[in-house]
Amino acid sequence: MTPDRLSNTFAALADPTRRAILARLALGQASVTELAAPFQMTMPAVSKHLKVLERAGLIARGREAQWRPRRLDGEPLRDVAEWIEQYRSFWDESFDRLDEYLQEMKKEKEDGRKR
Amino acid sequence: MVERDSKLKVTLPSDREIAMTRYFEAPRELVFEAWTKPEHVRNWWGPRNTTKVVFEAEVRPGGAWRYVILSGEGVEVPFRGVYQEVTPPELLVYTEIYDVAPFNAGDPAVNTATFTEEAGRTLVSVTTVYPTQEVRDFVLTTGMESGAAESYDRLEDLLIELSKRKR
Repeated sequence: MTPDRLSNTFAALADPTRRAILARLALGQASVTELAAPFQMTMPAVSKHLKVLERAGLIARGREAQWRPRRLDGEPLRDVAEWIEQYRSFWDESFDRLDEYLQEMKKEKEDGRKR
Repeated sequence: MVERDSKLKVTLPSDREIAMTRYFEAPRELVFEAWTKPEHVRNWWGPRNTTKVVFEAEVRPGGAWRYVILSGEGVEVPFRGVYQEVTPPELLVYTEIYDVAPFNAGDPAVNTATFTEEAGRTLVSVTTVYPTQEVRDFVLTTGMESGAAESYDRLEDLLIELSKRKR
């Protein structure tokens, strides 16, 4: 994934309403009316959020002509998780080493006390 | 036996932040010492396949630190910053800059590290606030190798739900 697409995904996820919409869609597809129901928001405001999510590739539209249900597309979410994992691995390895090193330090201190 | 629970947790509390927590099997005085003294830091900072080049730190408010490692591919990875708050053995606030153009031109990130002792082991929590979301997102792209996708606290449930549906 390009950094631009990643920033798009991050930007789309930055808003709590949009995260709530995604959480709802994780349970199954839903119409725009259904998605709007929990929010104190006009339909155009909800549509705007849906457009941001669509542009980020996080949701897709169903084919059913009448109600065009939205559904979740998990790929960008997995990409985000993967990029975080890359950061995590740098620190994970450093911290594993720190933990090992702390055990050495503990032992040295104990040995020092015995002497 | 007590569950070790030594896993690193990474979360994104806001658009400009990265937060990490991890338990260590040692009292916090020791963890603080290992975290701040360069002769100790050089023994653990950076992935295993790296070479240590420079480890300097003057751990007092206003004091500078600089760590430079060589990656497995021989690329220099230099970081530097300044300590703002030093309260042994519980709190450190220090700035951090990835010392490579153009990243060293802007404002530094600010790290807040806390050390909390719980029944003989220490919870280390590091929260980094980046000057902009773009810098934060860039930092997330660094790091050496990828593994299994795991943590993004707000989306964790969502991903579980997704993986269930894929099965």
